Amino acid sequence: MKRIVAKHPLAIRWFHWINFPLLTIMIWSGLLIYWANDIYRLGWGDKTLLKFFPQSFYDALHIPFRLSTGMAFHFFFMWFFFLNGVLYVLYTIFSGEWRYLLPNRHSFEEAWLVVLHDLHLRKNAPPQDKYNAAQRIAYTAIVIMGMGSIITGLAIYKPIQFYWLCALCGGYEMARILHFALTIGYALFFVIHVVQVIIAGWNNFQAMVTGFEVENIPDIVAANPPVTELEDQNEADKKE
Amino acid sequence: MDSAPKNSNTGKKRTLEQEIRYRTIVAFSVFFVCLTCGGLLFARLYNEPTTGEDVQPTLRAGLRANEKMFSLFYSKSREAKVFSKSDAATKVRVNGDVGMDGELDTSWRLKIARNPRDTLVITLADIKALPKTEVVFDFKCVEGWSQVTWWGGVRFSDFMKKYNLVQQTAMRYVGMVTPDESYYVGNDMPSMLQPQTLLCYEMNGKPLPQNQGYPLRLIIPVKYGIKHLKRIGVMYFSNDKPKDYWAERGYDYFSGL
Repeated sequence: MKRIVAKHPLAIRWFHWINFPLLTIMIWSGLLIYWANDIYRLGWGDKTLLKFFPQSFYDALHIPFRLSTGMAFHFFFMWFFFLNGVLYVLYTIFSGEWRYLLPNRHSFEEAWLVVLHDLHLRKNAPPQDKYNAAQRIAYTAIVIMGMGSIITGLAIYKPIQFYWLCALCGGYEMARILHFALTIGYALFFVIHVVQVIIAGWNNFQAMVTGFEVENIPDIVAANPPVTELEDQNEADKKE
Repeated sequence: MDSAPKNSNTGKKRTLEQEIRYRTIVAFSVFFVCLTCGGLLFARLYNEPTTGEDVQPTLRAGLRANEKMFSLFYSKSREAKVFSKSDAATKVRVNGDVGMDGELDTSWRLKIARNPRDTLVITLADIKALPKTEVVFDFKCVEGWSQVTWWGGVRFSDFMKKYNLVQQTAMRYVGMVTPDESYYVGNDMPSMLQPQTLLCYEMNGKPLPQNQGYPLRLIIPVKYGIKHLKRIGVMYFSNDKPKDYWAERGYDYFSGL
């Protein structure tokens, strides 16, 4: 037996699906800016482990010099990205959704167990609400990262007018490094997020569009159903 | 993405399976319609025909709106962070050579178009006779790099006072052009009057090298490097935006930091 369970409020679905293309545009235009002076690498001294991005990458993709395009798009869409983020945070505060999203005092302990479970190293996952402990940490971290991008971005954008923001970020060069590192963070978040969504399956994914999940109730429970409107409806249908 | 109307409103009652299917189809239809509209809107913006300048008019409007928005926080007196001379780079990066063909010598003169048909002509010695101001700051390129550099020259605001150009400071913009007219910038007057803005003839305590704009260049720390015109030929004042080399190529006209 099945029943419909409300999961994601309409507002959260809109925020999510508006944020996705906006963040994509911000990263794309940000890369156009970064490519004008692509100096960042992982390594020490003369030793480079990873360069963002190797020459072969540019050659393969025929990346042209499009700094002005990148800046024009970045400084246009930053407003929408910022507004969507602010409205999302306000919504979670006033709707009470923050209760499902913020980590609680058990989350950091439990997140580890969730990871072990997801890696098939542990049989049971800890009991959870709408989101598990790892999700709570990840979804809160991504909001903090968003704030970090706004702050470091502003520090780079107006380093003289907002000199105090620039100082807060550890100076102009450091603000740029942090702004870039946060972008790498989004990319990693995206990869893990998509893999987890694929593993979780269709029912979970479609809830971010439809807002509900379909829950299968074992027949033994269904024999003594908890009273909900839809359940009653279904029972009534059967009797007709 | 909203949920389906309540069963009671439709008259006919759906089974749970039908209800699930109905809500799913409605939600995904709305989802794909929105996705398509968003994609079309972006494509329209991306492919917007440009008129003369190499940037979409909507994005140009966005850059102007940003200038207005951030000018709310703008303070005329706010200065770029100052460094000590020992922090200054000895190998100063050279990034642009437009308008820099050949070499200039002492026959150079600065032409100041005070008014239409009224041009003031000044020698380098005249400029050097004015009080010298030095500034060591983090020079920022629009490409993303920055470098602490040390410059010397006459403060633009001092220069305007000494040459009785106070009336001209009421204008909204200052335009500058290289002698061969191939590089040109426009800067807003408040940024020009900021106390660190120099008509610069020295770098690292020595006369400007040719590739850094000998004999006279603009140093305007509150702007990206694209606005620091090298080798000033003509300077003029205007209430309309003067022609700007990089703005024509799609960059922000204001380019303020």
